[in-house]
Amino acid sequence: MSTTPLDKSVHPSGDNRFKLLDRAVTKHQGKGDSLIEILHVAQGIFGYLENDLLIYVAHALKLPLSRVYGVATFYHFFNLKPKGEHTFVLCMGTACYVKGAEHIQQALEEHHQCKFGTTTKDNKVSFITARCVGSCGLAPVAVLDDVVVGKLNPETALQKAGEWRTVTTEVLS
Amino acid sequence: MTVEELRDHAEEELKRQQEKKHRILYCSAAGCVSCGSEQVQNALKSKVKEHALEKECEVIGTGCMGLCGEGPLVKIQSDGTVYKNVNVRSAEQIVESHVMNGKKVSENVCDTTAPFFTSQTKIVLENCGRINAESLDEYIAVEGYEALGKALTEMQPNDVIDEIRKSGLRGRGGAGYPTGLKWDIVRKAQGEQKYIVCNADEGDPGAFMDRSVLEGDPHRVLEGMALAGYAVGASQGYVYCRAEYPLAIERLKLAIKQSEKTGLLGNRILESDFNFRIDIRIGAGAFVCGEETALLQSIEGKRGNPKPRPPYPSEKGLWGMPTVINNVETYANIAPIIRKGSDWFASIGTEKSKGTKVFALAGNIKNTGLIEVPMGIPLRKIIFDIGGGTTEGTEFKAAQTGGPSGGCIPAQHLDLPVDYESLATVGSIMGSGGMIVMDSTSKMVDVAKFFMQFCMDESCGKCIPCRVGTRHIYGLLEKISKKKATQDDMILLEELCMMVKETSLCGLGQSAPNPVLSTLRFFRHEYEQLLQPRERYEGDGGVTEVDFSPHGN
Repeated sequence: MSTTPLDKSVHPSGDNRFKLLDRAVTKHQGKGDSLIEILHVAQGIFGYLENDLLIYVAHALKLPLSRVYGVATFYHFFNLKPKGEHTFVLCMGTACYVKGAEHIQQALEEHHQCKFGTTTKDNKVSFITARCVGSCGLAPVAVLDDVVVGKLNPETALQKAGEWRTVTTEVLS
Repeated sequence: MTVEELRDHAEEELKRQQEKKHRILYCSAAGCVSCGSEQVQNALKSKVKEHALEKECEVIGTGCMGLCGEGPLVKIQSDGTVYKNVNVRSAEQIVESHVMNGKKVSENVCDTTAPFFTSQTKIVLENCGRINAESLDEYIAVEGYEALGKALTEMQPNDVIDEIRKSGLRGRGGAGYPTGLKWDIVRKAQGEQKYIVCNADEGDPGAFMDRSVLEGDPHRVLEGMALAGYAVGASQGYVYCRAEYPLAIERLKLAIKQSEKTGLLGNRILESDFNFRIDIRIGAGAFVCGEETALLQSIEGKRGNPKPRPPYPSEKGLWGMPTVINNVETYANIAPIIRKGSDWFASIGTEKSKGTKVFALAGNIKNTGLIEVPMGIPLRKIIFDIGGGTTEGTEFKAAQTGGPSGGCIPAQHLDLPVDYESLATVGSIMGSGGMIVMDSTSKMVDVAKFFMQFCMDESCGKCIPCRVGTRHIYGLLEKISKKKATQDDMILLEELCMMVKETSLCGLGQSAPNPVLSTLRFFRHEYEQLLQPRERYEGDGGVTEVDFSPHGN
């Protein structure tokens, strides 16, 4: 099938973001081995990879959907669900672990009633653990919406997350 | 560009630099950026502008200066003064007091006579913190691409391989396979197309050596790869870099673009008949992709599942073609070896481990940061001289090397020389170079559990010993740490570890039990303290408490 739109100003899906995706596919000449690159681009544009998007990518690269889904679920970097407004990525690398990242994790989970790896119910903050962000000199480290913050402790971490989301009794109940 | 033009270019650039009275270098590697080196840069630049010093002064962003724990760092190149913990105010003082009046800002001066600075030997990191990480000109000025020029004009591909073989360089990714030998196999292998792959998928938690090299001196890696391409007859290279390193990717992309534009990469390099292109492939967060066969699968756009070896990638690698796959640090060593000769390189290090090794020192240690030391240096020297010992008031307990595939080295082995063979005798590995120092506050059972959880999450699921074994080992460790285990569980734990080690398909599974085995070897009492006597053992618990559902995202 062809993915080239007839009216060039609007993508047939009605969503012009797909035009950006098409451009990336063309750049890689629609080759199947560029799948991971294309998924990176797709996630960059749409924020996460929903099923319809994976189907679109499979068609564009002429790959079986099972292969695309298999790759998207294999790698931690790809999200199949939307993230919260903010992301709190706590580094759980060895250096951060040795310096007490676990206590930060416990404090945050307790305070926000939200396990790491999930998003708070009000969709404000996604708590994620990372393997190692490579800033071990500043351990324990967290990446708050792409800004690296180092030398954390449970109090400062709670305060940082609190700037995004205040826990009221209402939210907890 | 010809080789002569390259030399002229280097001289021009050196002359330009000498005309500047002061070169103010600030660290622009990820560690310092995350503690505010951007603001420091702005302050330095605006003060230089305010006092109209642009002609005699330049402000330059460099790669990692090493002492990451004390960042942001600023260095005045003319007299070698290093400033630590610089903020906007002290940055302004540096310009107004040191640069303009020659008076040092005493409270931020870093003692460069300390062993941290004097006990290191820098080969891989020689340009990190010395040159502008984003400038090809500055790399050329420090003899960059001269090795490539020398190889293309004076050496046959075989000579390059001979030189690398004689230097005794071994793979810096951890396993320590002789680099020259690997290249020779690929050179002799049959295949219409050959590939050069650089493994920059630095997944070990606690390791940031490769990132620092890529951020601070990307051209050195590209030059090493081009030399490898020339030696084995490849025309295409790939750098496989983690997505978690955006700055490294950005600088690599820039470096490739600069080199292609000046004819140092691409077609007819330095006007010879040698063509070599490099593309970047970005990983997507899977530790197993650091394993070479899994990495190649990932470059092909597939799930990163390892394949049985043999055939090794040197015979059947990327798209079934002979492929050289080396680590970032290995490639970073190539250009200096070709430039200065194998004898020079072989004079550093021990009999079987030549050259230097970069370590990322972190954990409970005073001087966290990036260091480079000659092979064979005693561990004590790294931790107590260079690292400055453990943080206030605590006692050294163990150093962990090799990440989740390595082991803990306890205090009684502090005099162990750090090289491939010696580390193996105490059940650890060299690994890619992460070194985490633990003090008396670290509980070894928890440390083992931490690494096992890592391996359990990162197991790709292809082979059963690793997929199921790591889960059960984790379950047993959980049971022990919750004080629900008996001596029987310990026996089971050890049996299971040996089974996973011996029967797993790839390096991830084969080395996953190492942290447990090594802590059992040196800190068995910590496990035994948590055990319950058999008769008091109640009910199930432990293994079955582990969630066996597939791990999705």
